[in-house]
Amino acid sequence: MTALTVLLLMLIIAAILVFWVFSLYNGLVRLRNAVKNAWSQIDVQLKRRHDLIPNLVETVKGFASHEKDTLERVISARNFAMKASGPAEAGKAEGALSGALKSLFAVSEAYPDLKANQNFLALQEELTSTENKIAFSRQAYNDSVMRYNNKTEVVPSNIIAGMFGFKAAEFFEIELPEERAVPKVSF
Amino acid sequence: MWEIIQSNKRKSLLLVFLMAALLMLIGSTFGEYFAGSYLTGLFIAFIIWIILSLVAYFQGKNIFLSISGAKKISKDDHPRLFNIVEEMKIASALPAMPDVYIIDDPAPNAFAVGRTPEDAAVAVTTGLLNVLNRDELQGVVAHEIGHIVNRDTMFMSMLAIMLGTIVMLAEIARRSLFFGGGRRRSRSSSRGGGGQAQIVILVVGLLLMILAPLLARLIYLAASRKREYLADASAAVFTRYPEGLASALEKISVSPVKMRKVNQATAPMFIINPMQKLHESKDSLFSTHPASKNRIGILRAMAGGSSYLNYNQAYQSVTTDKHSLIPKSVLKSPPAMDEKKKTAEKSQPDMTQMITRTVMTGAIISDSAKPNEPENHVERVRETNDALWKSQGYRFIDCNCGAKLKVPPDYKRQNVVCLRCHESHSIK
Repeated sequence: MTALTVLLLMLIIAAILVFWVFSLYNGLVRLRNAVKNAWSQIDVQLKRRHDLIPNLVETVKGFASHEKDTLERVISARNFAMKASGPAEAGKAEGALSGALKSLFAVSEAYPDLKANQNFLALQEELTSTENKIAFSRQAYNDSVMRYNNKTEVVPSNIIAGMFGFKAAEFFEIELPEERAVPKVSF
Repeated sequence: MWEIIQSNKRKSLLLVFLMAALLMLIGSTFGEYFAGSYLTGLFIAFIIWIILSLVAYFQGKNIFLSISGAKKISKDDHPRLFNIVEEMKIASALPAMPDVYIIDDPAPNAFAVGRTPEDAAVAVTTGLLNVLNRDELQGVVAHEIGHIVNRDTMFMSMLAIMLGTIVMLAEIARRSLFFGGGRRRSRSSSRGGGGQAQIVILVVGLLLMILAPLLARLIYLAASRKREYLADASAAVFTRYPEGLASALEKISVSPVKMRKVNQATAPMFIINPMQKLHESKDSLFSTHPASKNRIGILRAMAGGSSYLNYNQAYQSVTTDKHSLIPKSVLKSPPAMDEKKKTAEKSQPDMTQMITRTVMTGAIISDSAKPNEPENHVERVRETNDALWKSQGYRFIDCNCGAKLKVPPDYKRQNVVCLRCHESHSIK
């Protein structure tokens, strides 16, 4: 083995290493962008829900004006949710809004005229779908967060993640009071 | 997700190569037999294949949609269907919203087409919209989106093209055998007995002519069945609610109504084979789709979870197939998080409820057009809605004032009064 061969071998190994590091880094960037994209999808749907609510409240008011409490709760939950920032805080506020909307739809069951109203039906379909879209984009967001976080924690990509400051992403959890509550059983 | 697409691609490529090999074999044998040179045969086979592929590549989606009589809709035509497709687009992280089509056909069915996920379409029949509730419709749409995400639509159309070419070649060969007789014979006789090699070629050629289309069809169908299971698994993952698709399949498979515009080549693209006999319970070599009973059984057996892992376990226990349906690398990765999906349980009342309401008022008049919308758009919305009404047995009466009366099937009285101009129409 001459010195030249050794040098050449070392160069080749170095090149392979560099490419390997590149691909790990690129993989991390790709996953992080997927997380960002998934978050913007949620954001779009949350905004859409906020926009739909005033219409819904107006329609319900026309038929069931004395359900003041429920209507006000929806409006205040909406205003609160619009001010929230970051996945954790938004999750809490959106959970409260979902709860308020649920009780509004439950109340509307008692008004046959309202339930027959085309405008109300269209709004109900829109809101149902938006709720679903929020749930599905949350699902897609959390899946992408899990993939990204896994990558930042496992060897060897965690070394690259540490070197270039890839921080773990936050999960988006909607807090619904009734989903959290533990059922009480008594005998 | 990515691993499934990759393994799917590998398997599909293998099948494509198998088909291509079959195609070349049949081409060269026929060339040798009829033209005296296998190169000519290869060349002809290649040309036919290229032309069909090019047409399929640029026009495949449109050809398929127009064969099935599908009409493109926008959100105003059927807000719920459109919303559901959008929901599934989000859940599956598709890069672009697929086009949504409706087929005016009372048989409940659906299919997806598209070369790439960016350029795909989902079509459902009016019959499907009538019989399914929101969750079931969501399951069906998720299954179709699953086909798009797993790249099934692309590979199935590639295989379909090759199948078409092989069938076409066999047809050409059969005709020339009966009418032309082939140059081979005259040439070999002039040479004074060609020996055994030519007899072998003759026999192989005849065998190929009979067997190749059959073989090609088997490859095509095997590919199709596996993909149905996989798309079911994807649907469960996207919706996190396997029961939706299970009960949809149940409803669709017992429907006695047959699709009108369907043929052998388009059959594998639908969610349930529109040509299959009812109550078929075993996966046979010749079926395009797995037996619905198995598909429903697997979905229902996914106890408590909706990940690919759950589906694979259910698949193995229901079909007693020891092979893993889904690549190992996917199963090893942590199962997808299960979430409470049903955020809003009460969805908008069904079309049927809308109809029971209108029964009370007697008949419905079409709404007059909104003033600031283009005329053709309104026309299309109306056409779609009319198709929906018609598929539920409504009768249409054109009133002289321009209104269109839609009379429910269970309307008892002899005549109906137009709600706009109060003219009375008699019903036969």
